[in-house]
Amino acid sequence: MAKILAVDDSASMRQMVAFTLKGAGYQVDEASNGQEALGKAKSNKYDLVITDVNMPVMDGITLIKNLRAEASYKFTPLLMLTTESGADKKSEGKAAGATGWIVKPFNPDQLVSTIKKVLG
Amino acid sequence: MSVDVTRFHSVFFEESDEAVTEIESGLLNLDVTAVDSEAINTIFRAAHSIKGGSATFGFQQVAAYTHVMENLLDDIRAGKRSISQDIVDVLLGSVDALRHLLTFAKKGEQMDVQVLQDYLHPLELIMSGGSAAPSPEAPADASSATQTDEDVLIGWRIVFTPHKEMMLRGNDPLRLIRELGEHGPLEVICDTAQMPEWELYEPLNSYLGWTLNLKAPVERAVIDDIFAWVEDECDLALVPILETSAPILETNSKVAEEKKDSPSPSQEVLEPAISTPEPVQDISPKKAPTAKSTATSSTESQSIRVDLGKVDALINMVGELVITQSMLNLLSEDEALQGMERLQQGLMQLHRQTRALQEGVMQIRMLPISFCFSRFPRMVRDLSRQLSKDIELVMSGESTEVDKTVIEKITDPLVHLVRNSVDHGIETVEERVGNGKPEHGTVWLRAYHQVGNIVIEVEDDGKGLDPAKLLDKAKKKGLISEETIFNDQQAFELIFLPGFSTKEQASDLSGRGVGMDVVKRNVQSLGGSIHVDSTLGKGTRFVIRLPLTLAIMDGQLVNIGEEIYVIPLVSIIESLQPYPEMVHKVTGTGEAIKLRGQYLPVLRLTEALDAPAGHDVSALENGIVVIVEHDNRRFGLFVDDLSSQQQIVIKSLEDNYHSVQGVSGATILGDGRVALILDVGGLAMLQKETEETYAQVG
Repeated sequence: MAKILAVDDSASMRQMVAFTLKGAGYQVDEASNGQEALGKAKSNKYDLVITDVNMPVMDGITLIKNLRAEASYKFTPLLMLTTESGADKKSEGKAAGATGWIVKPFNPDQLVSTIKKVLG
Repeated sequence: MSVDVTRFHSVFFEESDEAVTEIESGLLNLDVTAVDSEAINTIFRAAHSIKGGSATFGFQQVAAYTHVMENLLDDIRAGKRSISQDIVDVLLGSVDALRHLLTFAKKGEQMDVQVLQDYLHPLELIMSGGSAAPSPEAPADASSATQTDEDVLIGWRIVFTPHKEMMLRGNDPLRLIRELGEHGPLEVICDTAQMPEWELYEPLNSYLGWTLNLKAPVERAVIDDIFAWVEDECDLALVPILETSAPILETNSKVAEEKKDSPSPSQEVLEPAISTPEPVQDISPKKAPTAKSTATSSTESQSIRVDLGKVDALINMVGELVITQSMLNLLSEDEALQGMERLQQGLMQLHRQTRALQEGVMQIRMLPISFCFSRFPRMVRDLSRQLSKDIELVMSGESTEVDKTVIEKITDPLVHLVRNSVDHGIETVEERVGNGKPEHGTVWLRAYHQVGNIVIEVEDDGKGLDPAKLLDKAKKKGLISEETIFNDQQAFELIFLPGFSTKEQASDLSGRGVGMDVVKRNVQSLGGSIHVDSTLGKGTRFVIRLPLTLAIMDGQLVNIGEEIYVIPLVSIIESLQPYPEMVHKVTGTGEAIKLRGQYLPVLRLTEALDAPAGHDVSALENGIVVIVEHDNRRFGLFVDDLSSQQQIVIKSLEDNYHSVQGVSGATILGDGRVALILDVGGLAMLQKETEETYAQVG
């Protein structure tokens, strides 16, 4: 079973992502900001990380940058949750090493199908 | 699989409420002359977060509104628009709008479109008025641009050459090819030309390229979607395969134009054979403010949300546990058990642990008073602008923790007091200058703990109360008799009398008194007290004292006949056994004692409460008189004997029986007996009634 880390400072979004992915059979851990996520990612090995961009303490792009620098996350899909207006953020995130993005708003089914594709 | 997202609604609303408050306080703290980019970021983030959530959970109106707010904030954040006081004001207005919208969303209703438009208008005005009109996003669906009307699209030829480092971003070329294959028959031709010599081979890199012939007339957007994540990490050429088979070069120009508008593609429509694409190096990270990870908010703490009902159930259960524990304690005093040392030790430990548990559980209901204070900066700001006064609000002790119910119930009285201070307490700038005071007035709002109580003070450096005027007015209104002599303190307290002041007259006097009796009643219903002191010309200070929690209290147990009653310790001034010569009988049923030159009426509880069990002793001098105070009014309660003092768990009488005047609740004692908790305020009224009866008789 693939392990996923869901990162979002908004509890409702995070819970929805986690709940949806758990329902699809994934094992999901949650973190409420980049810092916390980085800590969890270092002590666990996740098969995929999905993160919000705008977060306090450490934002999603910094998280991605830091994760990519970790040997164990070189190839791991790192996805950003962005909004349609966040064109800048997409390229910024890509430059930081993001695999791709999921655009908010999304519905649970879209989320699952994207994750399924990425994880094969 | 389909997920019901409504289950996340309540969490969404809670965090949205918090975010709105965050936006509001962020705006209020914003110094327009020296804008802190981190502060703007925080505000932006909060708005952004509401937008993301509301769109996801289907609250379109909220999403639409926050979208506009976000755009404006984003412009400010990116430095495209400088912030002014006007913008701050409009944004503050939008905070109210947002609250309103969220209220509708919570009820699952839609706001009237016209109202929404009215709310949106000021924001849109700013957006359109500024120099930096946001470029309307126009990456419209251009998928048909490459198709000419005459030719029929039958598929796509895609030349896909990943950059070496694609896999280092977590993207797998094979996944993309597989995904493409889902849309129809796919012919895959691998190009190994870029494979290096074996010794130069770097296993982490990708060296292969592919020509992919998709034999399906899918929309271009579908293919764009598949490659969207990797558009910067590969060279991609996309050629429509038309019925006439040969790719048409004349489509080039169209696509080239399209490319300019669209922020995305580095795709090129070229004859694959002649395409030797250069690696695209166009990632120019705009000088977007590099969000530093130092975004710190002082209230950052780990927390979970728990339904209040669960907490209350837990508190109740711990209350029961405390009772059981005291019962065990009582039993252990049995002589037969005295020798069992280990049992005694165990019980002692149980005693300590239950107390600690109780304290810990009570803590759960405690919230920092900032939950209530946070509204005041905005209120004072708005009011003082409205009144053209220059007023600063200084708050302290916002982190002082109080029971949630106390916070909920004290907010309105505080709003009243602060409003009064701003409205009537603080003088106009001219008056202040005339009186040699600094131009800007100050209102202080303080909270702190003081021996088992929380104290909240509202103080202003305004004109103060004039005792002479207060007395005069009270006499005119017939609230006090002409000949009554009051000291200043007593005169100040007059403002709490019901009917003392009405709105029109409020400003003639020192302006206080509007519904002060209501404030006082609210405070008293929480088991608290309120006092005022003032210096004419210098200012006024209200001091509210409240119990820390409403669920437990310190009580004095007293015996009357067979029954045990509890008197709240806070109300007790002293207890004494009177000498016979102190006791004075007044005609009728009244009794009084003369204590230090002052006559205090004494109330016999059994009679007042109409209790069946009579006193064991009948003469005052054989029992105990407990002197209690309520509303600056002292009187005695006659009891047979004093028992222990202890912390008691309050149970509502109304929930289990019905309300009884003079009794505020009940508790269960260690031995399992029920004891009524006396309501000194209610008894004071009973006592007063008796006294009035006398006055008429006598």
